[in-house]
Amino acid sequence: MADASYPEDLLYHPEHDWAKIDGDVATFGVTWFAQDALGEVVYFDPPEVGTTVTKDEPYAEVESVKAVSDVFAPLSGEIIEVNTALGDSPETINSDPYGEGWMVKVKLSDVSETDQLLDQATYLESLS
Amino acid sequence: MEQTLLKRTPLFERHQAAGAKLVPFAGWEMPVQYEGIRPEHTAVRTDAGVFDVSHMGEIETRGEQALEFLQRILSNDVAKIPVGGAQYALLTAPDGGVIDDLFTYRLEPDRYLTVTNASNHEKDLAWFLEQARAFDGVVVRDAAADYAMLAVQGPRAREAVQAFADQPLPDRMTIASRVLAGREALVAGTGYTGEDGVELLVAPDDAPAIWDELLKRSVTPVGLGARDTLRTEVCFHLYGNDLMEDRDPIAAGLGWAVKEDTGFIGSDVIAQIRADGPAEKLVPFKLTDKGIARQGNAILIEGEEVGVVTSGTLSPSLDVGIGLGYVRPEFATPGTALEIDVRGKVRPAVVATKPLYPDEETDG
Repeated sequence: MADASYPEDLLYHPEHDWAKIDGDVATFGVTWFAQDALGEVVYFDPPEVGTTVTKDEPYAEVESVKAVSDVFAPLSGEIIEVNTALGDSPETINSDPYGEGWMVKVKLSDVSETDQLLDQATYLESLS
Repeated sequence: MEQTLLKRTPLFERHQAAGAKLVPFAGWEMPVQYEGIRPEHTAVRTDAGVFDVSHMGEIETRGEQALEFLQRILSNDVAKIPVGGAQYALLTAPDGGVIDDLFTYRLEPDRYLTVTNASNHEKDLAWFLEQARAFDGVVVRDAAADYAMLAVQGPRAREAVQAFADQPLPDRMTIASRVLAGREALVAGTGYTGEDGVELLVAPDDAPAIWDELLKRSVTPVGLGARDTLRTEVCFHLYGNDLMEDRDPIAAGLGWAVKEDTGFIGSDVIAQIRADGPAEKLVPFKLTDKGIARQGNAILIEGEEVGVVTSGTLSPSLDVGIGLGYVRPEFATPGTALEIDVRGKVRPAVVATKPLYPDEETDG
């Protein structure tokens, strides 16, 4: 498992999700804290491309051996790409939560929602 | 959220030192995992692991009517336990429901030790004390504070414990006093993983030293997470999941631990259930495709609900979703195709045979 880290160039949601913004497209994933709390992820149930996601609502499920958890959308929009590689190697969510462990790419419906997300420093504070 | 004071075992600091993730469990702060459920699970299947099960309770029963009393409250034939022997039984209510499932060890001719589930200890103790009032020659005592308990399990478990024991360890299903690293211990050839191994009952103050001896011999600390995957693979029941007061031992597939002719409390009701056949049966199942069934998921056949999952997890050994669930008896035959409603997604599954691991098809 990777060491604890929270990249500065990401925006964070209090439910332990991150978003990386590139114009009106964002990549979503879960934070180091989330994957650590889950334990080894053994199953990722992805949404379908074309599905609409709503900020603060669950859009996918991750399962560890012991439990299942919802993954919350940090922002609203339409899913344009799903990380299908996680189907075969969900443990990537543990080993590389901000890189190969990304979950979906979303075309944002309202870019201004990003104002409501936390920056790295504020998210870190919320963890302590 | 309600704040409750969680109890800690004498090994709490050892757990922290080993990097445990500690969670509330049955009123105790217990390690759910250290390195991870999968590596811990594998350690027990292939090498040796140690579990702190000090949260489990103990009840001591002694006196000249001890046997007669235990025969009255336990479902199995207590008279069959030799001195130094162990036996699995159920504590049953007058209506045949299961109050707890537990091991009883006969330490001396008139002295027995019964190990309770942590969440049931107070309830069991009250039941023992209440029922003991009808017997003059019995003393029932809460012995939970006397013991810490460590389960050492896996193909290398005995060897690891033997290395600091004064005498050969007792065989499976027996118990004996031994000196371990200079400390008195009760060593029992029992466990909850399907692997060989021993369970150690020691004075709480001695537990850290025993733990250290085990870790010195590269025994892996294993948390409650892997304890659950290990026991589910071998289809051992978990009270609160697979056993409860509103289900009976026959439905649970525990008829072998129930001897109605001993006249225990509830035996008449259970004899009738056995004669008539239970209304449902606990079956092991495997998912045949993706997904992990969880406790409470509905079991379906052609869209009709025919049962419920009571234990469900991923099998780290088989890498598929497995579990136990109650179904109507006509659907309990191994090979029966089932569907499980996993939070709205219907997943195919099949009734399997016990144990789920080792799997005869692949490991035969």
